Amino acid sequence: MSHQNDGTHYGGYNAPAHESKPDMEYICADCGANNTLKSRDLIRCRECGHRIMYKKRTRRMVQFEAR
Amino acid sequence: MPSAAPPSDRNLVGVHKEYVSNVSSTDYPGHYPGEDHSWDLGLFNERCRVQVQRLSQRSIEFDLVGVDASVANALRRVIIAEVPTVAIEQVYVWNNTSVIVDEVLSHRLGLVPLNVDPRLLEFRSTDPDVPDIPTDQNTMVFRLNVRCERNPAARRDETDPEVLYRNSNVLASHITWVPQVEQATTFAKLTPASTKPNIVLAKLRPGQEIELEMHATKNIGMEHAKWSPVATASYRLLPLIILKAPIPPHLCRKFAKCFAPGVVEVVKNSRTGQDEVKIVNPRKDTVSREVLRHEEFEGLVELKRQRDFFIFNIESEGPYSPEELLPEAITTIRNKIKVIRDAAQKLVVDMTIDT
Repeated sequence: MSHQNDGTHYGGYNAPAHESKPDMEYICADCGANNTLKSRDLIRCRECGHRIMYKKRTRRMVQFEAR
Repeated sequence: MPSAAPPSDRNLVGVHKEYVSNVSSTDYPGHYPGEDHSWDLGLFNERCRVQVQRLSQRSIEFDLVGVDASVANALRRVIIAEVPTVAIEQVYVWNNTSVIVDEVLSHRLGLVPLNVDPRLLEFRSTDPDVPDIPTDQNTMVFRLNVRCERNPAARRDETDPEVLYRNSNVLASHITWVPQVEQATTFAKLTPASTKPNIVLAKLRPGQEIELEMHATKNIGMEHAKWSPVATASYRLLPLIILKAPIPPHLCRKFAKCFAPGVVEVVKNSRTGQDEVKIVNPRKDTVSREVLRHEEFEGLVELKRQRDFFIFNIESEGPYSPEELLPEAITTIRNKIKVIRDAAQKLVVDMTIDT
């Protein structure tokens, strides 16, 4: 199975790296709730208090052959 | 017997206990001294016969009689591998947080049968000199955007995921068509979608989502089986049961039980009032050869198959209705012949110029 990425960002997630640190959304490893965290925030789920977070999958487009 | 003329022994294949005999056809020039077996259109027209035996929404059974195995086999192979259909070929994934990985999901999407009439689309270019550009003439665009959520109306003690969550199953019916340019009018008759709405593509749990775009193209089954218009296309030769001598009345039931139901019946002889066997429908026989295993029937019965009587069975699984597939296969073969004929004629012209 091949997958190419031709470099064009089809509306994919393309965050500016340095300018201003945006609010990032993370997923709680315990309850699955969405958490918006700033860079200095305590890593703690607002719903259940769990301290492990998952990063979300990037929305960058990937191309596949349906074979 | 279904055939019009009683078959001569020459076109019968013998089915024996442990082997088959007389397998190859012999009706070609030079095989029998003094007989002309050269191909003749009039004779072919006289002998060739197609008769539909059973037709349903998705399958057809028909007889093709009076042709050589090479012709019947060519038709079967062309139906499977060379009648074009439309299938998903490219998948562009923006998001897929389901447990099924992108590659596998893409493969599954490719196998979904689409109801798009291939006669309305062109082939994509395979010629390296012609750039392969997707246009509305050769590509169909579909999207799949599904997100699973909890169902607030579900009871607390509910355990069924289909009630507990919304969109827990991603189905082929979730695929939506995105018309391009003039496609909205070209495909107005039948909205492009899967022929089977209930194919499960993936399973989701709350918070998981799939967001992707698919490009479907026209191609043939030879390239990949997803473009095959059929689930199966097969033929078998007509079985024949030939009684050499009457079956003793006390063995008639046993004889009938040697065959599939509906093949042989036990009837009362109107004159003597004794049991005798009647071969009702040899077409239904599975040719299990059970009858040849019993000593008491030795020499009383012969099993044969008629070599030029093909019982086709085709299951359509794509946009074609089953009865359209044989004509489509013939169209495909004629196009192939046209390519060879044109090339041959060009060769003749080139050679006459050279000399």
